[in-house]
Amino acid sequence: MAITLTENAVQHVRNFLAKRGKGVGLRVGVRTSGCSGMSYKLEFADEVGDDDLQFTSGGVTILVDPKSLAYVDGMELDYTREGLNEGFKFKNPNVKSECGCGESFGV
Amino acid sequence: MALLQISEPGLSAAPHQHRLAVGIDLGTTNSLVATVRNGISVVLNDENGRALLPSVVRYLADASVQVGEAAQALQSEDPANTIVSVKRFMGRGLSDLGSGSGLPYRFVDAPGMVQLRTVAGIKSPVEVSAEILKVLRIRAENALGGSLVGAVITVPAYFDDAQRQATKDAAKLAGLNVLRLLNEPTAAAIAYGLDNAAEGVYAVYDLGGGTFDISILKLSRGVFEVLATNGNSALGGDDFDHRIYCWLLEKNNLSALGAPDTRLLLTRARAAKEELTEHAETRMTANLRSGEAIDTVLTQQDFHAMSQNLVEHTLQPMRRALRDAGLRVEDIKGVVMVGGATRMPQVQRAVAEFFGQVPLTNLDPDKVVALGAAIQANVLAGNRGGDDWLLLDVIPLSLGIETMGGLTEKIIPRNSTIPTARAQEFTTFKDGQTAMSVHVVQGERELVSDCRSLAKFELRGIPPMVAGAARIRITFQVDADGLLNVTARELGSGVETAVTVKPSYGLSDAEITRMLQDSSQHAQDDMQARALREQQVEARQLLEAVQNALAQDGAALLDQAGQARIRGSMDGLRAVLQTDDHHAIKRAITQLNDATVAFAQARMDKSVSRALGGRKLTDLEM
Repeated sequence: MAITLTENAVQHVRNFLAKRGKGVGLRVGVRTSGCSGMSYKLEFADEVGDDDLQFTSGGVTILVDPKSLAYVDGMELDYTREGLNEGFKFKNPNVKSECGCGESFGV
Repeated sequence: MALLQISEPGLSAAPHQHRLAVGIDLGTTNSLVATVRNGISVVLNDENGRALLPSVVRYLADASVQVGEAAQALQSEDPANTIVSVKRFMGRGLSDLGSGSGLPYRFVDAPGMVQLRTVAGIKSPVEVSAEILKVLRIRAENALGGSLVGAVITVPAYFDDAQRQATKDAAKLAGLNVLRLLNEPTAAAIAYGLDNAAEGVYAVYDLGGGTFDISILKLSRGVFEVLATNGNSALGGDDFDHRIYCWLLEKNNLSALGAPDTRLLLTRARAAKEELTEHAETRMTANLRSGEAIDTVLTQQDFHAMSQNLVEHTLQPMRRALRDAGLRVEDIKGVVMVGGATRMPQVQRAVAEFFGQVPLTNLDPDKVVALGAAIQANVLAGNRGGDDWLLLDVIPLSLGIETMGGLTEKIIPRNSTIPTARAQEFTTFKDGQTAMSVHVVQGERELVSDCRSLAKFELRGIPPMVAGAARIRITFQVDADGLLNVTARELGSGVETAVTVKPSYGLSDAEITRMLQDSSQHAQDDMQARALREQQVEARQLLEAVQNALAQDGAALLDQAGQARIRGSMDGLRAVLQTDDHHAIKRAITQLNDATVAFAQARMDKSVSRALGGRKLTDLEM
């Protein structure tokens, strides 16, 4: 069981956390919404919840709630640039279908 | 697949519901767009990696439009159709620009705002600005991968209602939803996080390409108040380039050059200026059309010496701004530097010396305003939870109405935080008056003629009553963007008229600062003027009352001599009414009052006896 960050993603997350000035790490999760059933949650984490599972990748703490883990286990988070846009991209082995925009997915 | 950004805890957007918001610095020379990504405010670059979009718009004969570098490159080839510094025309009439502006445009006088005749037709400054905003909107939408919920656009603190409204209109035309207009110095202060800093007074020193502004801001309870603004609308980084250019000409014994050579050397001068920020000396080389080759070395020392008085020109407005704010240098808690020209070490040194402290320079001075606007936009779009962080702005000049005698009655004093609403009651001046003219003015002076006229409208249908009996409530409401709504309502009958102020003429920034200074400098004169006008109003009122009384009862109650005596006093009052000696008017009023005491007594007796005639005393006891 793990969630990993690419090297590029690690650099960006550390940079963002440093500039933000607070936060214990990154919170990753899913919630049921969107056109294909599920969508990702990607937030700064200010505290660790009692049920949270913790992973570490490249020195960055990643928090996942147990319910989400089944959907995101084995996932890799990358940071990429596409044209003018840039941001995080999920590589999720659990996904069976994705909506056109990629913002939501099904398993 | 879509690219995700990290949200604040608990604020992950549902799919397809990202609330994308941007901050836009719509500058005189350059414009930028910024947004908050992953919790950090960043400027969005174009596909070539450039952050700054030159605020230049060129209209072509085929109705197409070029914006930015492409337009700037052709500025000297096609000056009449290439609009630079359009911000200076926003919300301004032709008369505001002055005749000797020396600009290459074909201006068309139009009600409200000057227009420009181009090869693609007549364009208003609002349309030109909208072209710039459109490019920035598209850049942002491409970079963020979705349409924007809104934008915060910055304006100079001294912008009046006409200029602010014009800016809003331009945004609307560009397809942007304006979340708020934000004062530029306030945006810079936000970018530095001063809104979370200790309360106190901060100075924002903004030396842009062609304009200089100094603002004194007071932060209290998270609210920035603009205490004073000052500046010079014809001083900026370009003047430093020009100094180097002139020095180059002198050094190489060159006389008047053609436009291409001038442009070439100005470009070299600009590069040299930027080079000298980091280096002790720089070398300028150029091949002129005449075949002459230029190869000159400029040292930092020489550059500082030749630009010394330009730097000094910024000190005077700073002193004035401090004086207007009633503050001393020691009261300033921090200094923020804005504008590319503040990179020059001699500028930073002069500012540091003036304020006795090192100014804040760690953010890019070209970007700081846009970065602050983006932070504000992010909050207004609802992407930041927790602390209810609502930043308020203030109105720069008092708003009021004209009362009898051409006096100003201030309804909303300057530096009131907005949004705000205030009401005041007024009454009629004459018996049977059924209409009232409401003249909305902006400014600090006592006389309407010294303030700026914003709007005029009439409240009609007031029921006829004796003078002073009607109750007319005038309500001023200023929304979050600093735009004004005025409502006049007669409370007895409920008749109401309202106007939204889209003022027809703007003021030059120099005028605004002058108006603020004048208000303090002329306080004594204004008091005299007010006293005079008040006496004049009272005199006219008295003359009219006596005139009416004489017409009614003069013949019945007074003999010829008595009537003549009163008429004599009236003539005396009329004579001094033309002078500006309010003491003399007051004396004449007293004299007329004295002369009519007996007559007034007689009239009173007459009306009492008429009222009491034929009734027993017991009937009158309550």
